[in-house]
Amino acid sequence: MNKIASTVAEALAGIPDGATVLVGGFGTAGVPEALIDGLIAQGARELTVVSNNAGNGETGLAALLKAGRVRRIVCSYPRQADSQVFDDLYRRGRIELELVPQGNLAERLRAAGAGIGAFYTPTGYGTDLARHADGTPKETRCIAGRWHVLEYPIHGDVALVKAEAGDRWGNLVYRKAARNFGPVMATAARCTVASVHCIVGLGELDPEAIVTPGIHVSRVVQVQRLATRAGGLGSAAVRQWA
Amino acid sequence: MKLGHRRRTPDELARRVARDIPDGAYVNLGIGLPTRVANHLGAGVEVVLHSENGILGMGPTPAPGDEDFDLINASKQPVTLQPGGAYFHHADSFAMMRGGHLDICVLGAFQVSASGDLANWSTGEPGAIPAVGGAMDLAVGAKQTWVMMELLTRQGASKLVERCSYPLTGIGCVKRVYTDYATLACTPEGLRLIDTVEGLSHAELEGLVGLRIGP
Repeated sequence: MNKIASTVAEALAGIPDGATVLVGGFGTAGVPEALIDGLIAQGARELTVVSNNAGNGETGLAALLKAGRVRRIVCSYPRQADSQVFDDLYRRGRIELELVPQGNLAERLRAAGAGIGAFYTPTGYGTDLARHADGTPKETRCIAGRWHVLEYPIHGDVALVKAEAGDRWGNLVYRKAARNFGPVMATAARCTVASVHCIVGLGELDPEAIVTPGIHVSRVVQVQRLATRAGGLGSAAVRQWA
Repeated sequence: MKLGHRRRTPDELARRVARDIPDGAYVNLGIGLPTRVANHLGAGVEVVLHSENGILGMGPTPAPGDEDFDLINASKQPVTLQPGGAYFHHADSFAMMRGGHLDICVLGAFQVSASGDLANWSTGEPGAIPAVGGAMDLAVGAKQTWVMMELLTRQGASKLVERCSYPLTGIGCVKRVYTDYATLACTPEGLRLIDTVEGLSHAELEGLVGLRIGP
């Protein structure tokens, strides 16, 4: 078994138009920028993207949006100081938004990966986000004296996650708070593609410390660590793995 | 009119909140004013700060040049990790909140109702880009949700209200409100006074808030 792809293009081969793509990251930490650039080159259109934010600046997710490839985005916090690409598309009615409380986003992804049909959560009860897109209320139930809202899983066709190191079985470890949505998205998609900065031999990752076991990962591709915000500071990260 | 009182400055307000955070507490400090509380925790008080993006034991801002953008807080600003700190993924982080494992969550607010309804994610302005982040999860998750805010808007209207006019973040979730004039408890029966700044009478405070405040 060898899940290592030799190029980003090979790792992303076969993503169809209309796919639901889960994209890891919180702000710029843990955003798989190299995979998103690869997705732009790969050319899939009419995508549904699930990600905490809706892109920063002009690169990464923002570039994918700007290229007109995303029909719908599911996220918790699209509005940021540098989310101008999303803001413009949204104001012009060129992108559909499903706004989800961040914990519900994480738990809906977890539910998808864990085979849960739906779950009741107190988060959002009595608010505007306890409604479907058409304005009808979501199902609610009072459990042990507390009101809950019924939420459904979010399944991905593909997940793009950024990890620190991986092996040919797809086992992954992450770096600091760049872990964020990566492990839960990796479980929630039919095909998970992980970019790593470091490929190690089988057995080199401490089995007690593996965060995403390889069963959740389909393809692993090594990408260069850039000294960008998304990559973490080159110096600090390089010291750790030297 | 003779002013018999002086409002708490933001740092005095942060110190007032910090005074109520006990040793050993697990605490989430929301974006904005609440982040200041971290600077005022008492000496000898060990508090573990949680950040929604998967950190327990979050430390202060790093020195210039030591920033690591894989280690950021909920505002996406670089932070550090205290010895003993831990990283975890988003589903675990929000399970920690929703599961009632955090002792205290301190949030900012646009409005809080007398019974503890919270509005802090949207002003409902038409055309605005909506964004909620972890606000709704934080509001309902911690053992205690406290709000820290200026009592009055720039126009002088009280942000403590009978019913929130802005879109709700959570219902009946706020237990305590720390403001620049007073500290109050929200209860199903309405507001109760905890303390005021020196020289502000109960009646004057009720005048500012426009609601009856129980002793």
